[in-house]
Amino acid sequence: MSAKNETVQSQATQYLTFMLREEGFAIEISKVREVLDVTTMTRIPRMPVYLSGVINLRGNVVPVMDLGQRLGMGDIEYTKNTCIMIVELEVDGNMVEMGVLTDSVQMVLDLNPEDIESVPKMGTNLNTEFIKGMGRQAEEKFLIILDIDKVLASEGEATLREIDSVVSLNLGESKPEEAAGLEA
Amino acid sequence: MADTEYAEVFREEAGELLEELETSLLELEKDPADLKIVSRVFRAMHTIKGSGAMFGFDDIAGFTHHVETALDKVRDGSVPVSKDLIDLTLASRDHIRALLDAATGGGEVDSAEGERIIAALQVLVGGPAAGKGKAVPAPVASVEGKDATQGKRTHYRISVKPTPEFFVGGNTLEALLAELNELGESTVFMDVEQENGGALILLTTDKGINAIEDVLVFAESSCEVKVKVLAVEGQDEFEEHKKLGEILVEKGELSVDDLKTVLDRQKPLGELLVGENLVSRTSVDAALAEQKLVRDAKEKGTVVKGAESIRVASEKLDQLINLVGEMVVTQARLTQVASQYKDSELVEPVEEVERLTAELRDCVLNIRMLPIGTTFAKFKRLVRDLSAELGKEVVMVTEGAETELDKNVIDQLGDPMVHLIRNCIDHGIESPEEREQAGKPRKGTISLAAQHSGANVVITVTDDGKGLDAERIRQKGLEKGLLRADAEVSEQEIWNTIFAPGLSTAKTVTSVSGRGVGMDVVKSTVEALKGSVSVTNSAKGQGTTITITLPLTLAIINGLLVKVADTYFVLPLSQVEECVELTREDIARFHERRMLPVREQLVPYVRLRDFFAIPGERPALEQMVISRIHGERFGLVLDDVVGEHQTVLKSLGWVYRNATGLSGSTILGNGHVALILDVANVMKCARQEEHKALSN
Repeated sequence: MSAKNETVQSQATQYLTFMLREEGFAIEISKVREVLDVTTMTRIPRMPVYLSGVINLRGNVVPVMDLGQRLGMGDIEYTKNTCIMIVELEVDGNMVEMGVLTDSVQMVLDLNPEDIESVPKMGTNLNTEFIKGMGRQAEEKFLIILDIDKVLASEGEATLREIDSVVSLNLGESKPEEAAGLEA
Repeated sequence: MADTEYAEVFREEAGELLEELETSLLELEKDPADLKIVSRVFRAMHTIKGSGAMFGFDDIAGFTHHVETALDKVRDGSVPVSKDLIDLTLASRDHIRALLDAATGGGEVDSAEGERIIAALQVLVGGPAAGKGKAVPAPVASVEGKDATQGKRTHYRISVKPTPEFFVGGNTLEALLAELNELGESTVFMDVEQENGGALILLTTDKGINAIEDVLVFAESSCEVKVKVLAVEGQDEFEEHKKLGEILVEKGELSVDDLKTVLDRQKPLGELLVGENLVSRTSVDAALAEQKLVRDAKEKGTVVKGAESIRVASEKLDQLINLVGEMVVTQARLTQVASQYKDSELVEPVEEVERLTAELRDCVLNIRMLPIGTTFAKFKRLVRDLSAELGKEVVMVTEGAETELDKNVIDQLGDPMVHLIRNCIDHGIESPEEREQAGKPRKGTISLAAQHSGANVVITVTDDGKGLDAERIRQKGLEKGLLRADAEVSEQEIWNTIFAPGLSTAKTVTSVSGRGVGMDVVKSTVEALKGSVSVTNSAKGQGTTITITLPLTLAIINGLLVKVADTYFVLPLSQVEECVELTREDIARFHERRMLPVREQLVPYVRLRDFFAIPGERPALEQMVISRIHGERFGLVLDDVVGEHQTVLKSLGWVYRNATGLSGSTILGNGHVALILDVANVMKCARQEEHKALSN
């Protein structure tokens, strides 16, 4: 990964880049509180498979989501690079923390608005609502900049629907919405 | 509209004052002759007006000014305390509340309501005819009460010692002094040596002590204020001249000890007199005793009221509880590690930490404890208004108002209690005529009592009304399918069906109750607080008793730690009845049907491993924990019972707020997260799923 080492410009925003499976993603660094190694996770039964469980973060119980799984990119493979980004977001007026599982965290990147292209209407195989833009990293390299708030906040409603429709105990079953829109 | 920074401070302060006002007004209704209460009411209104004007809540200040003017007439005795007056003042209180809520962004205000109240008040106190109900911002301290000092030139000594909070509110000492100076001639001695030091004011005025107190009333909460009448001109009872030493001591310029040392060098007057043979020792002793008596009596009356409480944001408290919870967990871990080393030098401090942690935990949890009386007071108003609305005469008596409960529990207890009390008044208590016919006193009684019972608090709501009509409830229960016609049910079971949704025996639906929604709300709220509610007694014509049992705190519970594969679960110990073993033979005997005879009774069970789809083989010997849910025994089958566990409750977070069969989580000594089981929910879901599977 070649870093574009330029001086910080006034409009530039800092992004944290990370890998999900083989692809490069980025989120605004201001959303990220810290990055942790994977610790013991307690799975919450009867929950969608992309909800990996909860961890003990210095005495607080913090939920963790497998972002790759959430975006329909298949099962995670734990390696020594796997880590949890602790992301802060606002839910119902309260700031809450949430862990996001990624395959590896790469680096901090400055991107100017002109480096960010708008989202193609189709072809991403992702819910375009979750994408803020495509960040140009090097000549031919693009990063998917996620709107992490939307991805995580959609969770509240998604689980509600999920609970209503839980009939079987097959936790691996993906949600209908994903099956339709996110097929990789 | 108002300075937002201080608006919150004002809102909070005014909220408290309004509550106090309500309590005082209800007291006054009982004892209309007590002028002390009238002054309290007046002062509360006055403070609201003053701080309202100060923080820019002009509409509140304007409205309150009119109410205050009326109350002033009551205070000086020209208008008697009547029921109408109390009603109107209570209505004003509600209106101020509405104005306050509207000013801080909650709801609309019916300005006509304010005008109506003001007009009615003015008619009542015989003031100028209403009509221009338009509220005008009132000048601060325009009120003059009648008292012994009014109209006579009086010398006062006023000492003001501001605390740092005084300045936070945007106040300055100068402004206060200027206001005092407006009352008359004042001489000010500032304590310039200290920053934010106090001031001593010698004031001569004929405006009366009430006027002074009105100026100082805003400062009182954040300053140490002392007002002393030195002398009233033209009045015979001049206070005897102070001795030089006393004046110096009172001003704080000479310490009592120093004065004593100096005075001790001198022989006491008594000794001198006796020495000179002028009086006998006995009469000196008697005089000294008398002096002491008077002095003691005086001192008793003027016990200095120190800082009794401080206001802390509950957020900070929650944080503290969290930290202590974390510490309890870490300490458990420490103890575990220490026990592996078997080092006697290590054991001792570790035990000490264990003891201190336990003490700290109890102490911190105690901070959140509030007397339940605060909520009881709110219900007095409810009883008053509701019984008037329904044409019934009801008195409320309370008992055990000092019983302490976790703040969170108290906050959430309000709604269910309101429902219960409404029910008592609407359905329980008969009309005065009916009561007389039945040979009962016209006035019905509702009694609220709270008391500790082990780790629980028991609250009972008792009325002396007509009691539950068991036959009618039974009929309704049968109609709704809550009871079975063929089943033998106890009276108690019939009573408790009133908590089922949709059951109401009231013939008509009133604005108060009868829709059959109240009681199931009571039940679900109380159960959410990990408590229980039931009808414990009811006799026809004699009344009903409803009992609510609640845990003392929600922050820490006694739990039973259990295990399925690698996952730890905690069951609230209060829900555990017993533990039995489940062998392969037992399972074979019932051909995998999930039930087991325990004490000659078949107990159905759910295997957690299956329910939660936890992978892995089940062990040869399983454990079954039996709980009693809604009177039925129900077993949970798991791999292993680890033991008792002091459980610090943590929420699972918003993502998992709908998790099935779980009510929260906790952190274990080894740092892992364990899940807290909601046994009733597991049972309900398991039953629904079984029914669903069968009907498919």
